[in-house]
Amino acid sequence: MEALYAITVGILTACSVFLILRGRSFPIVIGITMLSYAVNLFLFSTGRLVIGENPILGSGDSYTDPLPQALVLTAIVIGFAMTAYSIILAVRARGEIGTDEVNDLDTHNDTEGR
Amino acid sequence: MSLLLILLLPLVGTALPLLMRQTSRAAITWSALLPTLAALSLLLYSAPQTLAGQTPQFLFPWLSNLGLDIALRLDGLSLLFAGLILGIGVLIIAYAHYYLSSKDDVPRFYTSLLLFMAAMLGIAMADNLLFMWVFWELTSLSSFLLIGYWYHSSDARRGARMALAVTGGGGLALLAGILLLGHIVGSYQVDDVISAAAEIREHALYVPILLLVLLGAFTKSAQFPFQFWLPHAMAAPTPVSAYLHSATMVKAGIFLMARLHPVLAGSEWWFYIVTLTGLVTLLVGAYFAILKHDLKGLLAFSTISHLGLITMLLGIGSQVAVVTALFHIINHATFKASLFMIAGIIDHESGTRDMRKLNGLLSYMPITATVAMVAAASMAGIPPFNGFLSKEMFFDASVQQHLFGGLSWALPALATLGAMLSVAYSIRFIHDVFFNGEPKDLPKTPHDPPRMMLLPVFILVLLCIAIGLLPMTLVQGVLMQAVAAVTLRLPELDIALWHGFNMPLLMSAIALVGGAVIYLSRHHLFSFNRQFDAIDAKQLFEHAVQRSTDRASAFFERFDTGSLQRYLALIFVTVLLMLIPAVAEINFLGGSRPQLPIDMVSMVGAILLVVGAMGVAIFHRQRLTALLMLSVVGLMVSLAFAHFSAPDLAMTQLIVEVVSILLMILALFFMPQRTARASSGHRVARDVIIASGIGGLVASLNYAILTRPFESISDFFLANAKTGGGGTNVVNVILVDFRGFDTLGEITVLAIAAAGIHKLLNKLRPFMPSSDVDGRPWHRIRHPLMLTTVARMLLPMALIVGVYIFMRGHNLPGGGFIAGLITASAMILQYMASGVDWVKARFDLNYQSLMSVGVLIATLTGLGSWVFDKPFLTSWFTYLEWPLVGKFEFATALLFDLGVYLTVIGATMMILANFGKMTTRHRPTQEGN
Repeated sequence: MEALYAITVGILTACSVFLILRGRSFPIVIGITMLSYAVNLFLFSTGRLVIGENPILGSGDSYTDPLPQALVLTAIVIGFAMTAYSIILAVRARGEIGTDEVNDLDTHNDTEGR
Repeated sequence: MSLLLILLLPLVGTALPLLMRQTSRAAITWSALLPTLAALSLLLYSAPQTLAGQTPQFLFPWLSNLGLDIALRLDGLSLLFAGLILGIGVLIIAYAHYYLSSKDDVPRFYTSLLLFMAAMLGIAMADNLLFMWVFWELTSLSSFLLIGYWYHSSDARRGARMALAVTGGGGLALLAGILLLGHIVGSYQVDDVISAAAEIREHALYVPILLLVLLGAFTKSAQFPFQFWLPHAMAAPTPVSAYLHSATMVKAGIFLMARLHPVLAGSEWWFYIVTLTGLVTLLVGAYFAILKHDLKGLLAFSTISHLGLITMLLGIGSQVAVVTALFHIINHATFKASLFMIAGIIDHESGTRDMRKLNGLLSYMPITATVAMVAAASMAGIPPFNGFLSKEMFFDASVQQHLFGGLSWALPALATLGAMLSVAYSIRFIHDVFFNGEPKDLPKTPHDPPRMMLLPVFILVLLCIAIGLLPMTLVQGVLMQAVAAVTLRLPELDIALWHGFNMPLLMSAIALVGGAVIYLSRHHLFSFNRQFDAIDAKQLFEHAVQRSTDRASAFFERFDTGSLQRYLALIFVTVLLMLIPAVAEINFLGGSRPQLPIDMVSMVGAILLVVGAMGVAIFHRQRLTALLMLSVVGLMVSLAFAHFSAPDLAMTQLIVEVVSILLMILALFFMPQRTARASSGHRVARDVIIASGIGGLVASLNYAILTRPFESISDFFLANAKTGGGGTNVVNVILVDFRGFDTLGEITVLAIAAAGIHKLLNKLRPFMPSSDVDGRPWHRIRHPLMLTTVARMLLPMALIVGVYIFMRGHNLPGGGFIAGLITASAMILQYMASGVDWVKARFDLNYQSLMSVGVLIATLTGLGSWVFDKPFLTSWFTYLEWPLVGKFEFATALLFDLGVYLTVIGATMMILANFGKMTTRHRPTQEGN
């Protein structure tokens, strides 16, 4: 199970990184969102994988580590705020500049995917 | 306490002239004068203690674990400098009142001046070396403002920049030196450092420390080869030159050498470096002073020369040398400040400072000429003025030292040469300006200035005479204590005009005659000097600065190409390069922790997740498909949380997923519809390699973590959640209680992000397509009936569920974050189903206020524990018996969670509702909407 989990997180990360390296804003925002999922899964797993031991007192004999969960919970919400901020930044940039290119066309002509 | 006041009065006083801007010039001057006078009288009030041999000290712990405390002392050395700073400061303020023209920004001048004064006082009175350094840099900054006071002139701006670069840069070296000292001693307190002097001199770091500290001192005091900034600082208004570049700032380096004299002096290194630097500076300064045609230029180089003299004396370091050095500081301040003021008066009244035009002013301004002659005579070292006394003593000290062995005679010989030059430029100052024929086409017809403008000069010149005649009466007390602070023992002073026929007197006589000869043959000197190419220090300096900025920009342009893709690729590659060796060091990737078997559900979930993620990556140009794939990923992540015992996370993730996808679909409307051409195969290949590398590393790390046993601090939380926090949902108790401070920070961040988004949307003119990509118009039914009906029915239920989830959160999965998101999504559904107009007509909530109230409630809950004398955010809970409901737990944590709840609703709604409004007439168009 641990290997499966780790591989999944790895693939998720790889796909996010690939998206972040694109030249247009929308894939980048999706990439950031997905990367935050991957990071959350990674952080969460520092409490190790435990099944059926919810950290609710009285629900069982032993409990999984609640601390990473608390950290990840706020991370999810902050991640949402970041996604929202970046997507609206992208919209604003589109409105102001008229393009969704993320490369500065004036100083650099190495952009692709036009 | 009065020590602190002495420092604070000018510091607080900096605000006064600015506040008085609307009033008369006189009132502004008084507003600067009064704090200075008050500080001066406080200083005089504290002086008797110091003169009696005590050292009043003041200590207020500040950043004690860094060794930085607000520590002040008033020993003899501090008293001497503080007295000069405040005393001459008063005169300068009065003088500037007449000097500045009606066009000048007078309040700004006085504010900068007072700031500078406070900074100098801080240096003089600091009892902690780090604390002193803070003021050291403050003098650099405030002198930058003062030199650049006439910022419309490019000379002023360049001079200011050069002074800042040189003195500020030296300051950094000094900081390094001070930190090393603190490293050895373990304290920055002056007394501690002095008592560890022997240890420091033995230490291997002694030479680096000495060099760094001297670098700071030499740059500040314009010692060779750093003397070049001082003449260019003469672009400042003359009161500034009189104050900074004669009496105070340039003496800060001298002060530093005196302050650290007990610690650093006494070695050969100190002796050779300091003495020789001083000697070279003395001669170079004096030589160039003769050559200058500009009055202030002459005085600037003469200042450099005299600073060199004092430095040299400190280098010699004998008791008599130190006495002479400190005595000369007083004398130099008096005659040089008055000479600068006179130069300013001449400039002010005649319109030029060029000595080739200024001739024969004696008949035009006789009073000025008289005081100028006294001051210049003191500078030349002619009896009975104070300059003569210190010059004799200087000769005496140079004769008495035998530090250069068989070549020791060179020192008195060169000292006499320096004195000769000094006599020559003093004669030039007087003869060229006041005699020597008639003035040549002056811009104005000169005359004596108003009496009050001359008053500060009179006072200084009177001091020159009085100290010359009655040295022991006037300065013995402070000089004794000052010398004691430098050499750690009280000297025996015997300063007098007449010591009989001796070597120093002979040297003085030679200097006088020689100086006169040099002056008479000055034209030969001018033509001699013309053979050399004039090296313009300013141009050299500017070129050096230009070259280094060019190099830096060239370097950065290679990275700063304006391409986000490139930046990110560089960052990721760096991550790879740094991580690969670290991960490679792990011997066995798998650890000893027993692993779980793979079950069918997990397998399917993982496959779906992987397919979803890869789908997003592959179909990212088909945006809607990509979004649907992304939602699959989000859902699977949420299920993973649920599967691995994290119900709270599962719920949060689920709702966040819904809200994020909604937001992105909204955003799609404003983004380009046409799919762009794919990246080149080359680039895709590169990115796939980078991405796989990162993914592989993350997977390896994650596997390594997962398979290793671990110790957690969570046992504490599990044990205390119920008894200490009053809840059984440990995750929620951690959020609102144990780690409540973190959560408070996080909801604040959320609120800031929402506010930022609000601002981004303000006045945004988004790109709004009127049809879809194939030219078909949008559907005319905006709000489908089915959705509208179902959404309205759902709303009350969703709200109740939200409240329920919130209330139970302390004990069962739920809480403010989740409940807030549920409530927000229920409301968003109404916007989608029925439109902005419909929602606005029914509940017109101000989401900003809601959000602010949320943060406020959370903060106030935390502050509330202060009322009960508990630390911030201490929680408290009790059980209440409610009718019908039964036993009910009430915790302050619940109140805190309410704050979280409201913030999350407010922030989420602000983001989504405002964004949704973009296409309607309600879109935010004004500030504060």
